[in-house]
Formats: sequence, structure tokens, C-alpha cells
Amino acid sequence: MDVVLLSRLQFAAATMFHFLFVPLTLGLSLLVAYMETKYVRTGDETYLRMTKFWGKLFLINFALGVVTGITLEFQFGTNWSRYSAYVGDIFGSLLAIEATAAFFLESTLIGVWIFGWKKLSAKAHATVMWLVAGAGNLSALWILLANGWMQHPVGYTIRNGRAELTDFAAVVFNKFGILQFLHVVPAAFVLSAFFVMGVSAYHLLKKQHIDFFTRSFRMALVLGLVSSIWVAVEGDQHAVHVTEVQPAKLAAMEGLWETQTRAPVVLVALPDEKNERNLIEFGRIPGLLSLLGYHDINAEVRGLKDFPKDERPPVLLTFLSFRVMVALGTLLPLLCIVGWFLRNRLVENPWFLRIMLFSIPLPYIAIQAGWVLAEVGRQPWIVYGMLKTADAASPVAASQVLTSLVAFIAVYGLLGLAGYYLIAKKVAQGPDMAESA
Amino acid sequence: MVLQSIWFFLWGLLWAIFFMTDGFDFGIGTLLPVLGKSEQDKRLMINAMGPLWDGNEVWLLTAGGVTFAAFPLVYATMFSSLYTALMLILFALILRGVAFEFRGQVESAAWRKTWDACIFVGSFAPALLFGVAFGNIFQGIPFDGDGIYQGNLLTLLNPYGILGGLLFLSLFLVHGCLWLAIKTEGDLHDRAVGLANKLWPVLVGVAVLFLVATAIFTPLYSNYLAQPALLLVLVGDVAALFGIKYFLRKAAYFKAWFASAGTIVLCTFFGVIGLFPNLFPSSINAEYSLSAFNASSSPLTLKIMLIVVIIFVPIVLVYQIWAYNLFNVKLKSEDLDLEEAY
Repeated sequence: MDVVLLSRLQFAAATMFHFLFVPLTLGLSLLVAYMETKYVRTGDETYLRMTKFWGKLFLINFALGVVTGITLEFQFGTNWSRYSAYVGDIFGSLLAIEATAAFFLESTLIGVWIFGWKKLSAKAHATVMWLVAGAGNLSALWILLANGWMQHPVGYTIRNGRAELTDFAAVVFNKFGILQFLHVVPAAFVLSAFFVMGVSAYHLLKKQHIDFFTRSFRMALVLGLVSSIWVAVEGDQHAVHVTEVQPAKLAAMEGLWETQTRAPVVLVALPDEKNERNLIEFGRIPGLLSLLGYHDINAEVRGLKDFPKDERPPVLLTFLSFRVMVALGTLLPLLCIVGWFLRNRLVENPWFLRIMLFSIPLPYIAIQAGWVLAEVGRQPWIVYGMLKTADAASPVAASQVLTSLVAFIAVYGLLGLAGYYLIAKKVAQGPDMAESA
Repeated sequence: MVLQSIWFFLWGLLWAIFFMTDGFDFGIGTLLPVLGKSEQDKRLMINAMGPLWDGNEVWLLTAGGVTFAAFPLVYATMFSSLYTALMLILFALILRGVAFEFRGQVESAAWRKTWDACIFVGSFAPALLFGVAFGNIFQGIPFDGDGIYQGNLLTLLNPYGILGGLLFLSLFLVHGCLWLAIKTEGDLHDRAVGLANKLWPVLVGVAVLFLVATAIFTPLYSNYLAQPALLLVLVGDVAALFGIKYFLRKAAYFKAWFASAGTIVLCTFFGVIGLFPNLFPSSINAEYSLSAFNASSSPLTLKIMLIVVIIFVPIVLVYQIWAYNLFNVKLKSEDLDLEEAY
């Protein structure tokens, strides 16, 4: 295998593993901060126990998110040195700002939060958690602006054989990056909400700690309901922007081969890249794609055949990941809506609790599928329209990358096992009811 | 030119702060099998750095990020050249960070032993490898005009590189002992102080060897010969090094730690000043060397990032100093009873 493919696989493994843990920390930190504030305001010990129980789960995820994040920053240098040299003027700045202006605060204060229960006043301690949550989400903004720039480069000129910054504001207010932030972070909230609801459902089904987990469930339900509806609505805007700036990705997402007006959405299909057609097509809704992409049923949408073969993304993977994301993105708000009507009778509806317990993995799958769509759909470009992935890898030996890829899979596999073992153990143990402040 | 020079020294400063802060974590982690005689000792050692290690490690991310932003070509060439060494460091840091959080979560000796090993390797390997890497940078790295590295991991393990590794390791071990002396009491405290006293002459020996070898293997002294006043940095470094011993003898451990911090920062700057303006010199041909002047970002990026750094780094320092202050008290055994303790 060549260096480019190995490096792509390694980056995919490292980012996807990283993003198993990060989304939960983004939303759970907010919920924990809210629980602690409720405790400070009401003095109700249950809120303190909630803070500690969910806080523990947050910390395990946080640790895994942090350590796997460090490698990501350095992989641009180790594995994508030609990319780094070409776009570092812009891309590097965004990563540096993330570390300096956001991640520092989160990492410093998390230590204060863990060890500072007796050293700070209750109010100050809760404030620290809000700052941790805020800084974590601010980190996400800078990282998504960096990715947004790869998706839709702005504010630069090609000079001295590389991309150089000309307009910093354009980079920071890049519509693509902002839309991604408004999509990915709320999606992380959905994941967090389903995690809390699922874990709560587990205990409610066992009829233990009913008050504790009913409160947790309902708190998460509000977050899940609002953010899952938001993600769906915002996703529509996001798709419009993709239509505008990444037409090849849109065509692949929808398996659209021919340029046409009143372009259809095909619910189920099997794209056949070799013969440039779809093998099976089922549930064809004429005009829907034109409507979604341009908010105009008669608009013309460019098909894949309109793009040179070497500028098309892998169609099947892009098409399928989009379908998985959208299907789950439709299901999750529906589950939240059902939950909303059952919110006062959770224990009496074990069937619903069981559904919620087994729904924990769904937003994980949706988020991973979303990233596959964003990254695979951008191919063959590493920076859309500017630099091809094939020209971006480091001049290192394939054997080196193969070795590190194997090491990544082995180490991350073991860490994942250990991490989820611990999470499952803490979940099963439940809250410490004996403990008091 | 001015902007690039400012960035060159900022780059050095960020690495120096990283070594100064995470350095004592690396030292303590490496000493875990030596000083951690009992489970209680081990937990005290880990909790002594518990609230701070994560914030310390972000200096590495910042140093890396700033290298990327200000000197993209250096970032690209340095990290792809040092591919395997850097991967080893990253894996070590991953295992170490997770180990802190995971170690105490399961009541099982085998579980704890596994993570103890991760803490040891995860501290020892970066301490040594960062030194090896910087030693090699000081003497030049064999990469060609296309930025392609013409060597392998073993190329880096040359005498001067290894000496650099030993220098960093001994600096961090002393630094870690002194932090333990500040944070602990009783037997562990006494053993940490005793070890600091024993390690200090070793550190002096390694430092002297390193300074002599630097004259033989590297061109670092040429900047000093051109501007002898710069030798004050070296004088200051030696003074800080002897300050460690002076304050150790007076049992003023906080001051001794500060002297050790100063030693690390000035030692980093001794190298950085000697390198100037090179960031990543090539040992194949000096023309291939990457310097602050031929490998920097555009003036606009350098300006914007300078504003960012001038605003945020002082803010970071303020809240990190606040956090250090908050935990600047002796750890007691009852602190380990806290549910949140590692």
C-alpha cells in the first residue's frame, strides 16, 4: 500500500477514535455544569450526586479525548507535511489559536475542578465547570473553522508556492466552518443527551435510584429535543451551502449521475461507480433534490458525469454515509418527541426506556457517518479545489506509516476496551448514595 | 526580519515553558518505581502532579501549534523527519495521560501495575526523546533540499543526541524530586530530598559533558563568540544550577524548584540562542537549513498570531499561576481519601 492510502487510514482511525469521546464531553460538560449549579442554588444533595456521577463519566471520556487529540495536531506534520507546508500559513494559525485561546483554559481548569472541591467555594467550583464546558465548545469552534477552511478555502492567495493568508476575518467567519460548528456541536449535544437518557433508562428499568435518574433523564431530554431538532433544521441549510460550494460532494451524496432540472432524491440506491449509474433505485422523489439544494423545485443540479473522473469523490461511501446520517438524524428527534410526551410517566413505560437504552449507539453512528460524508465526500481534495490529497502526504517510507498505523490500531483498540469497560462499570455501579458533601 | 526574529524567540520560549512545567511531571513519573515504595507513596506522587499535568501538557500543543502557524515548513520537515521518534513520544503521552485517570478506578493490583508501567514509560520516554531530538537539532539533521530525511531512528541515537537525552532526563528528574519535596511530607519527602541531593552532582556532570560536547559536535557557540554578552545566559544557567544545590541545603524547596525551573528555561535558551536563526539545520548542506527567515509564515499571519499570543499567553499564565497557587500546599494522606483523587 502506498503512503497516501496508509496515511489516510491512519488519520481516519485516529480522528474517528478521537471523536468517539469528544462529542460526549461537549454536551456532558454542560449538563454537569447545570447539575452543579442546581445544587448550589437549591442545596439539594441529589444534584450534587448527579454532578459527581455524571462528572466521573465525563472525566473518563475527557481523558481519552485529550490524549487522542494531541496526536491529531502532530499528525499534520508527521504524515501530511506537504499539506502543512502548503497551507500552514492559514491552517496552522487556527490550530495554534485553539490551543492558546481555548484548550489551555479547559485543561487547566479541569484539574482545578477535579481536585478543587474543598479548595473553592461552591459557587466558584460550579463556575469552573461552566468555564470548562465553554472552553471545550470554543475549542470545537476553532477546530471546525480549520476543517471548514479545508472544505471551502477562503481569505487566501497563492504566493511563494503556497497558500498565504490575505483576509483573517474571512477565515474566521467562513460560512462553511460556522455552519459545521452549528451542526457538529449540537449533534454532540444530541449524543450526550442520548447517553444520559440511555444510562438513566438502564437504571429506571431496574427500578433503582428512580428520582435520581428521572431527573437526569428529563434534564437530558430537554437538551436532546432542542438540539436534535436544531441539527435537522440546520442540516438543511448546511446542504444548501454544500450544493453551492461543493457540487461534486452533493452529487455523490445523492447518487446523481446526470445533470438535470427537477433533480430527484432517491431514498435507496446502490451507486455503481464503474458504469456511472445506480444499480437499484427505490423511492424516487422527483424535484426534491432541486428543492433541498436550491429551495427551488425546478433548479438544475449538476450530476457526477459533469465532473472529470479524477475529481469525483468515492460515490458509494459518500452516498451511504449520507443516508445513514439522515436516517438517524430523522429518528433521533422523533424519539425525543415521544420522550417528551412520556416524560412524567417514564417508569410506567418500560418499552420506551428499553428503546432509549438501545439507542445509545445511534447518535455515535450518525456522527461518525457525518464525518465520513464530510471527509470522504471532499475527496480527491484535501483542500477543496486547491490541493489534492495525493499531493499532500509526507515523504516518509510506507513501512514507517504501516508500523505506526498498526500501533495506533493496537493501542487505541486496547484503550477503547479499557475505556468502555470503565464506563460500563461506573454506569452499572450507579451513583454513590451514601456520600454527602 | 524583526517579526521573524521575535517569533523565533517566542518559539523557544514556548518550548522552554513546556519543559519547565511538564518537566517535573516527567521526572515524577519516571521516579514512580524508585520512590513509590508503597501504594500510598505512589498515589501521593501521582496526586502531587494530579491537578496540574494536563494544563502543563498544553504547552506542548501550543509549542507545536505555534511551530505550525509561524514556521509551517519547519513544522512539516521537523515532524516528518523525526517521524518515528515523535510517534514514540505521542504514544507515550497517550498512555501516561490515560493512566492517571484510569489507574485508581479498579481495585486490582494487576490493573494498577499495568497503568504504573504506562506512567513510567510515558514519562521516561518523552523526557529522554525530547532531549535526543533537541540534541540532534542542535547538531543538524540529515535532510536534503526537498526536506526529505536521509536517516532512520537509529541515526538520531548518536553520542551527542544521547547526551542531550540524558541531560533532559537528569534535569527533569531533579525537577520532579524538588516538586515532591514541596508537595509531600515525612518519609517520601525525605527520600525525594535525598534523591535530589544525589542526582544533582550527576546533573552537573552531564551538563559539563554536554557543554564540552556542544563545542565539538555543534556550531552553537559561534553566535556566542560573535556576541560574547550572550554568554550571560550560560552564566545565568550555571548560577541557577548551583542555586538548586544552595537552596536544597537550606531546605528551601520552593526556591530550589524555582532555581531548577530557571535552569531548564535558560538551558533551552542556551540552545535556542546558539541555533539562531536556524530552527532546523540540515547536516547535509547548510543551504538546506530551515531558518526563521526562510521558513516562516507570511508577515500577516505572523502579525495576527503575535497579537493572539500577546493577548492570550499572559492570560494563560495568570490562571495557571492561580491554579499552581491553589494546590501549593502539602498533600496529606487524607487528601487521598477524596473520591476525586487519582
